[in-house]
Amino acid sequence: MDFALTEEHRMVQQMVREFAQKEVAPIIKEYDRKQEMAGFILPRLGELGILGICLPVRYGGQGMDYIALGLACEELEAVDSTLRVVMSVHVGLNSLGLFQWATEEQKQRLLVPQARGERIGCFGLTEPGAGSDVASIASSARRNGDVYILNGEKMWISLATKAHHALVVARTNPEAADPHDGLSAFLVELDSPGISRGDIHGKLGVRAGSTGWIAFQDVRVPVENRIGEEGEGFKIAMSCLDNGRYTVAAGATGLIRACLEASVRYANQREAFGRQIGKFQLIQQKIARMVQFYDAARLLYLRAGWMKNMGLRNTRETSLAKWFATDASFEAAAEAIQVHGAYGYSDEYDVERYLRNAKGAVIYEGTSEIHQLMQAGYALGYRDDPPLRCELPAYDPKFWQE
Amino acid sequence: MKIVVCVKQVPDSAAKVVVENGQVTWGDAPLVINPWDEFAVEAALLQQEAHGGEVIALSMGGESAREALKHALAMGCSQAILVSDPAMAGSDSQAVARVLAAAIQKIGDVDLAFFGKQAIDGDMGVTAAQTARALGWPMLSQVSVIQALDPASKTIRVARSMEEGRQVVEARFPAVVSVGKDIAEPRYPSFMGIRKASRAVIPTWSLADLGMTVPTSVVKWPEITNPPAREVVTEIISGDSPQEIAEKLADKILAEKVL
Repeated sequence: MDFALTEEHRMVQQMVREFAQKEVAPIIKEYDRKQEMAGFILPRLGELGILGICLPVRYGGQGMDYIALGLACEELEAVDSTLRVVMSVHVGLNSLGLFQWATEEQKQRLLVPQARGERIGCFGLTEPGAGSDVASIASSARRNGDVYILNGEKMWISLATKAHHALVVARTNPEAADPHDGLSAFLVELDSPGISRGDIHGKLGVRAGSTGWIAFQDVRVPVENRIGEEGEGFKIAMSCLDNGRYTVAAGATGLIRACLEASVRYANQREAFGRQIGKFQLIQQKIARMVQFYDAARLLYLRAGWMKNMGLRNTRETSLAKWFATDASFEAAAEAIQVHGAYGYSDEYDVERYLRNAKGAVIYEGTSEIHQLMQAGYALGYRDDPPLRCELPAYDPKFWQE
Repeated sequence: MKIVVCVKQVPDSAAKVVVENGQVTWGDAPLVINPWDEFAVEAALLQQEAHGGEVIALSMGGESAREALKHALAMGCSQAILVSDPAMAGSDSQAVARVLAAAIQKIGDVDLAFFGKQAIDGDMGVTAAQTARALGWPMLSQVSVIQALDPASKTIRVARSMEEGRQVVEARFPAVVSVGKDIAEPRYPSFMGIRKASRAVIPTWSLADLGMTVPTSVVKWPEITNPPAREVVTEIISGDSPQEIAEKLADKILAEKVL
């Protein structure tokens, strides 16, 4: 057993940290206030290769492993959650979904430009009336010769107005006995006629990111853009979530770290009753809890990353990592504000942004309640993960880097 | 074109460097590539990209100096060499310069040797010039712009930044160039570079490999002390209007004889 990061991992961590600290940290507060995504973020992430970090070089990626993806997410969210959200949708939910389920021709045509950062991908699962209850998806895709006619609306879609591609799940068979089996997945080019989209403002957090809606009206999606077989949409969506949730878990771990670092800094600086507040046991208790959250969250996501590298099914472990890290990040942020006292309540310090950003991840990509049901389901023997027709490939440096 | 870039591993600029028992220590703060040397690596890589050839990163130091070399490799240098010899512990910059010069000569056919303008630990800022002296090459220091470089005629024209203004200087290769932060923003290591660096086998040259014995150091450090601690008193001046605050502040400054 080896808990050490490789030299390669440490260098990736350092590189992503430097980028986020140097280029994003100084401007993030301003964009958070404006509720706007800074224009340079996506091109810069693409240029640096971060958008294709864990994809094989043959598919336009950088050839690193899944642990490197997690480490990058941790570093990005330690600065702002919106950076990690980009990784969750573009890499985790979309590109890794294509990598797992698309045909070789589709990978060359659709995945390569995404891995290079030339085309941005988003993920269209949630609808105004369907969140946790995926089987109730109402969007429809009706086959008509060589195309599917797509209708419906997707809601709470990160990068809705920035992306070029959306991996959309829609109903192809309304008659299916089990509604889960009536869903299919499509890679939709978002400049197609019949698509309208917009951003949602007034969110509690992730304000420097883009979250929006996409409406499809008689959109013609070529059959060659269907990912997987007809009826595999639910399985594909769940695979995508296994990867998206991994990035969320790793990112939330970074958010805990940011809370911890900010609190330690403040506790060593601020004095009350004639001494640094860090000397008081009740402050120490908060710091200790953050340390506990961070170490546990980190170990959980790294285990999931290791399992991905090994090609082991990790739905349970990833769900556990995501549930724990996001709940813990919300608690850590609340405690960080408490450590900062009244100052923490204002945006003079970063911790109030951490709290606002932390709440979203407790809801998206499986609410904490869904993850608890999953964990109980595994423990009670109600749930297992049968093999999939296409599994996420185990990391093979030779295949990845050739 | 064959370019050498000299890099040094130093304590992180955020580290708290103090003197304990007459020895400088930075506790367990991480070591990083000297930030000025990152500018030198960038300058070297830009010239290599424009004119072809290779960039070789060179460092003198202990085992930890490998990290600085790996960083340079990850940024894009083609190879790296570590000069390490326990006998060099405690050497002054002039002795280090002689060793670097010998290593540059051993590499052979070097056109340009780049340096950061100083290292953030010792802050001497003389190693580049001393290396140029040991090599007998022209020294172009404090370079902010490389205006022209012609491998055919082996000439380089640079602008030097000085407090008084700018000075344009020309020289023939081989030459030593030290750069400041205006030269270009250092690139981040690329993922491909990171993979290359993590697998690189960096050769270590000892003084014997360079055919030399320990150069005599001429500078000693008989005493190293922390700067005296300063008593700082902070006072917040409040008032009902900016004007009132400004007036109180002005009175205070005059009363304290700050001005």
